[in-house]
Amino acid sequence: MSSMVTSPPELTTIVAHGRRSKRAAWLLHTRPGIAGLMLLGFVLAVALIGPLVAPHNIAQPIGVPGAGPSSAAPLGTDFLGRDVLSRVLHGGLPVLGLSAVTIGLTYLVGLSLGLVAGLSRSLLDPAIMRAVDLFLVFPPLLLLLLLLTGAGTGTGVLIIGIVLVLFPGVARLTRTATLEVSTTGYIEAAIARGEAKVAIMRREVLPNISQAILADLGVRFAAAISLAASINFLGLGSKPPAANWGLMVAENRQIVGTNLWALVVPAILLAALTVSVNLLSDAYVHSRGRSGSK
Amino acid sequence: MADEGRQAALTLSNLTVALDGGDVVVDDVSLELAPGEILGLVGESGSGKTTTALSLLGYATPGAKIVGGELQISGTPLAMNDSMRRARGSLISYVPQDPSRALNPALRIAAAIGDIMKAHRAEGDAAVDRALDRVGLVPAHATHRFPHQLSGGQQQRVSIAMALSCEPAVVVLDEPTTGLDVVTQARILEELKRLRSEHNISMVYVTHDLAVVSQIADRIAVMYAGRIVEQGQAETLLRDPRHPYTRGLLASVPDHIRPRALEPMAGIALGVGERPSGCAFAPRCAQRTDRCQSEMPGLEPVAAEHLVRCFHSELTPELTSHAAYGRGGQLYDAGTPLLEVVQLRAEHRSLHEATVAAADISFSVSRGECVALVGESGSGKTTIARAICGLHPVAAGELRLGGQPLPSLVARRTREQRRQVQIVFQNPAGALNPHHTVREAIGRPAKVLRGLSNRALPGEVDRLLGCVRLTTRLGDRYPQELSGGERQRVSIARALAAQPEIILCDEITSALDVSVQAAVLKLLNELRDELGLSLLFITHDLGVVAAVADRVLVLDQGRICEQGVTEQVLQAPASEYTQRLLAAAPSISYVTADTDAVAERA
Repeated sequence: MSSMVTSPPELTTIVAHGRRSKRAAWLLHTRPGIAGLMLLGFVLAVALIGPLVAPHNIAQPIGVPGAGPSSAAPLGTDFLGRDVLSRVLHGGLPVLGLSAVTIGLTYLVGLSLGLVAGLSRSLLDPAIMRAVDLFLVFPPLLLLLLLLTGAGTGTGVLIIGIVLVLFPGVARLTRTATLEVSTTGYIEAAIARGEAKVAIMRREVLPNISQAILADLGVRFAAAISLAASINFLGLGSKPPAANWGLMVAENRQIVGTNLWALVVPAILLAALTVSVNLLSDAYVHSRGRSGSK
Repeated sequence: MADEGRQAALTLSNLTVALDGGDVVVDDVSLELAPGEILGLVGESGSGKTTTALSLLGYATPGAKIVGGELQISGTPLAMNDSMRRARGSLISYVPQDPSRALNPALRIAAAIGDIMKAHRAEGDAAVDRALDRVGLVPAHATHRFPHQLSGGQQQRVSIAMALSCEPAVVVLDEPTTGLDVVTQARILEELKRLRSEHNISMVYVTHDLAVVSQIADRIAVMYAGRIVEQGQAETLLRDPRHPYTRGLLASVPDHIRPRALEPMAGIALGVGERPSGCAFAPRCAQRTDRCQSEMPGLEPVAAEHLVRCFHSELTPELTSHAAYGRGGQLYDAGTPLLEVVQLRAEHRSLHEATVAAADISFSVSRGECVALVGESGSGKTTIARAICGLHPVAAGELRLGGQPLPSLVARRTREQRRQVQIVFQNPAGALNPHHTVREAIGRPAKVLRGLSNRALPGEVDRLLGCVRLTTRLGDRYPQELSGGERQRVSIARALAAQPEIILCDEITSALDVSVQAAVLKLLNELRDELGLSLLFITHDLGVVAAVADRVLVLDQGRICEQGVTEQVLQAPASEYTQRLLAAAPSISYVTADTDAVAERA
C-alpha cells in the first residue's frame, strides 16, 4: 500500500516467500504494526496530498518574517516571511523520496555484497569485505562533505553519499547472517543439486535472514533522514527556496524565539516518519520470531 | 527397594509436575534408591525423565511447577522448592548433560570447584585437589586450566568432581556421556562405577540410551508420557521386559554384538496436552483392550522387585528375532562399481594452513550395496561424504561415478551426475528450509534435477511422501510443525525426489530417539529393496552399522584403518583401533548374553 515499505525490491521478495496465510498478519494484528501503519499513513497523507492543498506559494513572502500564527498563516511565517503551513505541506515529498531511494539503494547494494561474500566460500569473501570496510574508515559527515565538494551538490550526489555511508553496515550484517545459515542442510542440499547462486540467495537464504537484516531497518532509515537533514542544515542539500522538512528545521533556527511552529512542526513530522518505520520493522521482526524458525 | 535394616538413600513418592497451563508433565512418580545403588531413569524425549531428575533437586524449569510429592534424602525430609538450596551439593547434586556449556568458561577449574566448596563449607586447595584426584584427573594438570583447554571427557570429569565435592549421598546425572565418543564414554562409566563402590554414593542416571544404561545401572525405571511404566532389576528388565513400551524400546535398539531385525513401534509419542485418559501407550499398543482406553493401569508387581504398569503384561511377547548382519552377507555384482573413491585426500584450508581431514581414502560402493563409514568425531567421515557430493574440494585423488570421472566441484558436474548422488544430513532441524512447505522442499529436486513440469509435481510429491510412509496431508506443513523423525523422512524424500543411484546418509539417525531411529533404519532397508538404492552410511554407532551395512570402513584420524564385510569386522576386528572401539561400545547383549545363548540352543 505504501510506496515506502514495499518499494525496496528485497522486501517484497521476502514477504512473498513468507507464510502466505500470515503474510499481512504482522501489520494488522500487532500493536506496533497498527500504530506504525497509522503514523506512516498520516505522514504520507501530509506529504502526498499536501502540495495539492497548500494555500500559498512557498517561495513568496506573505508577511513579516517570524510572525506567529494568524488567520492567513495558521502556523505563522518563516525567517523570510513565507507561509510555514504551505512549506510544511510541500516539504514532505522530497524527504520521503530521498529516504526511500537511499534506503532502497543501501539495501540493494548491502544485501548483494553481503550475500555474495557470505556464500562465496572463497577469497572473494575477504576481498569484498575489506573493500566494504574501506568505507567505514571515514567519518560519515566527512565522507559526505568530501563527495559534495568534489562532485557538486546535486540530489544524486547526496543519495550516493548517504548510500556509501550506510551500505557497509547492511553488507556486514548480511554476510554474518548468511554465513550462519550457509552451513545448514537446506543450503548445502541446494548447492549440491547445482542451483544457481541467485536462486539459492532468493529461495534459501533471504527468507531466513530477513529477520536479522530488517531488525534495524528503522534505525538505518532514521540515519538516512538525519544525514540528509544534516547536509541540508549545512546548506549543501536542497537549494532554497525549495521546501524540505530537514531544511526548514535548519533555516528557521534564527526565529525560534518568535515562531516556534516553523521549527517544531517539520521536526515532529520527521520524527513521526522515522518512528513509524521503526514500529513497522519491529512488528515485522516480532511476527517472524513467533512463526519463523525455532 | 531398600532392605529393612538400611535406610534408603532417597525416597521420592507421588511426584507430580505440571506446566503453568495446568498440563501434567510428570504424573505420580515414586522412586527409591538404596545407598550405593545406581538407578537408570530411561525414556525418550518428552517422557519427563529430565523433569523428574531436576525435581529430585527441588528444581523445576521456568514454566513448570512441582505441584505434589514428598522427598526424603538420607532420612531428611525435604520440601521440593528453593528451600532445598542448602541440601543441594551436600545431600544431592547434579551433573548436567553438556559439560562444555555447564562449566563457566571464564573460571579456572580450581576456582570453579573452589566456589562450590566455599558455598557449602570452608575448605582449601587441598580439598580441590582431592576432588579432582577422585575422578582420575591429575590436580597439577587440571587446576590452573580453563574449561576449553580440557577435552570433553575431562570436562565431564570436572563436572562430576564438582558434583561430588561436598560428598552428597545422591548424584543425579543427566545424560552425562551423550556428547562423548564411545571410548571416553566407556571410561566415564567405569569411573562412575568405581566412585559408587568406593564412596557408596547412590546415583540416578538419566538417559535415553538403553545400551549405556545396561552397562551401569543396578535397577532401571522406564518412563513414558510422564509416568513410570516399568521398573525392575536391570538384568530382569532388559531380558524380560513386561511392558509393551519397554519391549518396543529394546526391540528398537540396534546391537553390534547380536544384530537384530529392528521392530519399530507403531505411531509416535504423544505431546503433553494430548495424553489419553486411559493408558498413555494404548494408542500404539498391539495388545490393548477396551479397558486400556478407559482406565489407567497401576504400577503393579509382576515378580519380585519388578513393577509394570500394564493390564496385560503377560501378553507382552518375548524379545526374539536375532538377524544376520546387514542383509546377511549378500554379494553384489562384480561389474563396474557405482561409486569409486580412489586415493581421496581432503583438507580444511585457511589462508595460512591446511589440516588434513582425510587422506588415502579408497573404496567403492556397488549398486544396491550399503557401505558404512565408521569413526569417532574428527575422523573425517563427514568430510568424505561432503567431498563425494561436491560440497568439499578434493585436494588429491579421484572420484568415479558409474565408471566415469566425477568432477570435484558441483559446478563442473553434469545435471545427471548431480541427480545420481544425493545427501541426507545429520541435523533434522537444519535440514529443511523453515520457509518452505514440505511440498516445496520435496518438489524442488524433482523439478531442478529431473526437469519435471509444475503440473507433474504434486503427483510426484504425493508418491514420494508415500515412499517415506508419510501421509500426503503433511505436504502443506512447514518443517517446524513436524517431529524430528518426520523431518528426517522428509529429508529422505527430498533425496529420493532426484531418483538417485546413491544416497549419502550423514549420521541421519543420531539426533533421533531410538524408536524413531529404528523406524527410519527400517524404512531405508525397505527402500533399498524397492528401489535398488546404494547407501553410504556415515555413523559412529556400531549397532546401527550392524543393522544396515553390508560392508564397513573404519576411519581413524582421516585414514581407513580397516575395511571388510560387516560381520567380519564386528566379530573379528583386525586393527587395534577397531578392537578398542568395539570394546568400548555399549551393548545390551553384555547383560542379556546368557538368555541369548539359551534361545539359540533351543
